[in-house]
Amino acid sequence: MQEKQTSRSSERLYMAFIYLVLGLLAISIVVPVAWVFMASIKQNSEFYSNPWALPAGFYWQNFVDAWNGAKMGSYMLNSVVVTALALVLLLIIALPAAYCLARFKFMGQKVLHTLFMAGLFINVNYIVVPIFLMLRDGDNWIKNLTGGSFLLNNLFVLAIVYAATALPFTIYLLSGYFATLAHDYEEAAYIDGAGYATTMIRIIFPMAKPSIITIILFNFLSFWNEYIISMTLMSSTNAPRTLPVGLLNLMQAQQSAAQYGTMYAGLVLVMLPTLILYICVQKQLTQGMTVGGLKG
Amino acid sequence: MNKNKGRSRFLVLCLAPATILFFLFMIVPTVNVFRMSLFERGAYSPNETFVGLKNFQMLLSDTQFIRSMQNMILLVVVVTIITFGFALVFAAILTREKIKGQNIFRIIFYIPNILSVVVISGIFSAIYKPENGMLNSIIGLFRDMSDPILWKGEGLVIPSLIIAMVWQAIGYYMVMYMASMSAVPGSLYESANLDGAGRVTQFFQITIPLIWTNIRTTLTFFIISTINMAFLFVKAMTSGGPNGASDVALNYMYSQKDAGLYGYSMAIGVVIFLFSFALSAVVNKATDREPLEF
Repeated sequence: MQEKQTSRSSERLYMAFIYLVLGLLAISIVVPVAWVFMASIKQNSEFYSNPWALPAGFYWQNFVDAWNGAKMGSYMLNSVVVTALALVLLLIIALPAAYCLARFKFMGQKVLHTLFMAGLFINVNYIVVPIFLMLRDGDNWIKNLTGGSFLLNNLFVLAIVYAATALPFTIYLLSGYFATLAHDYEEAAYIDGAGYATTMIRIIFPMAKPSIITIILFNFLSFWNEYIISMTLMSSTNAPRTLPVGLLNLMQAQQSAAQYGTMYAGLVLVMLPTLILYICVQKQLTQGMTVGGLKG
Repeated sequence: MNKNKGRSRFLVLCLAPATILFFLFMIVPTVNVFRMSLFERGAYSPNETFVGLKNFQMLLSDTQFIRSMQNMILLVVVVTIITFGFALVFAAILTREKIKGQNIFRIIFYIPNILSVVVISGIFSAIYKPENGMLNSIIGLFRDMSDPILWKGEGLVIPSLIIAMVWQAIGYYMVMYMASMSAVPGSLYESANLDGAGRVTQFFQITIPLIWTNIRTTLTFFIISTINMAFLFVKAMTSGGPNGASDVALNYMYSQKDAGLYGYSMAIGVVIFLFSFALSAVVNKATDREPLEF
């Protein structure tokens, strides 16, 4: 009897400790994020007193300054355009390729598949310098020919680079899914007289909807948050910038100008879309990752 | 015959765009990293002169390069160990114990993973700020803050980076391991309970061996992605400073590109490539076990 009681109280102690540790970790994540939201509505003078003080009022001017003065509004538009374009391109290109790699036997299929899988080990930031030089040489060549250039500082080219570098991961995920389907689906469709393309678009793609949603979510996050490639390929002074690059410039400018409120408003503008998306689809996102098991 | 032709045309149409883009923006640049490391190239003209291994010889005597490699290795090793340790233990606790609000914990722990590294570096500069920073103002309650702790100063910058990187990575891996751990049948734990095995024994004898394949794959990819993450964090948080104390190899490569030393920059790229392949091969070999089935 005595012994049972001590084991129960040690059990209690253990659970209390677990809750304490989990709670501390949760606090260490929630508090800094919430703090930035709070700081984004503070007046500049409030930043020189206690950082834990609540804001004196809603100072919306920070957001106006960030949106117009720091051009975060137009950067936001650029980011939306690049992310949407890259996602559409990626889906149009990767879906048929993954389908063919997973469902057809043809010469060179093994080689092609292995190459794409090897691409999983190449990190985009390892090869950003050659990509930049290749586009710059291309630009110089076009300039000699026509007088203008369009490869660098171009949102569309950036979207193509994003889509191309996301191909290995996307094809890996999709072809993994396609390989699990039974071949009966296609055979039935062929007997009904459907062609290859019709079968793929009408029969197979609708079945892959959960995988497609997972792919859109993961790639949305990585395209929206990416900043190294965007910074490198959009380096000229009046080039269209994406949101994270604009924020990085704002943060560096803030160190001398001490425009804290504007900077935190900019931070909120960058993370708000991803947070809203996360709240809407968090179940999809945390379940979808078990399909992939890895990320780029 | 006609059907065969249609089949080939369909395959080519489907595969060509992906293959062309993949070659143009991944294979060609990768080959170029290795090729350009053997050349010297003018800052503004595409003219190249072959210099053999001269760029690599220069690397050996470049103390800043050696320092940036050391920092990279340190960050990869420490961040990997801390992240995997915590992620596995927390995942085991959240799947094995009856925790109230388990879902809320899972949702919160995943948040850092959806934020841009630029946003995270902004959050952490608010935390690490010497005057009026979140951290120093809390510590200021206990000690005199007339000489504030410089979290991004030369001495503490690496631990500060490690904390930020672990903060970012931990939730993602935890949620992933929770998924694979919940697939382990509960009957195994029940019989272990009857045999009198404690929680720690169960963790090491049942949980870890049964999800080992998953740990192994994620470990390989985590190492590659940490080499990259270290660059993203350093570039946004410190730019390698102060005085190069937090420089990592990829950041050094990028700064050499900004200086117009393309050949030299690509020699660093080659070293990073070889290092990451070698490291993943070693990890892959070292973690090789007979896969267990449940």
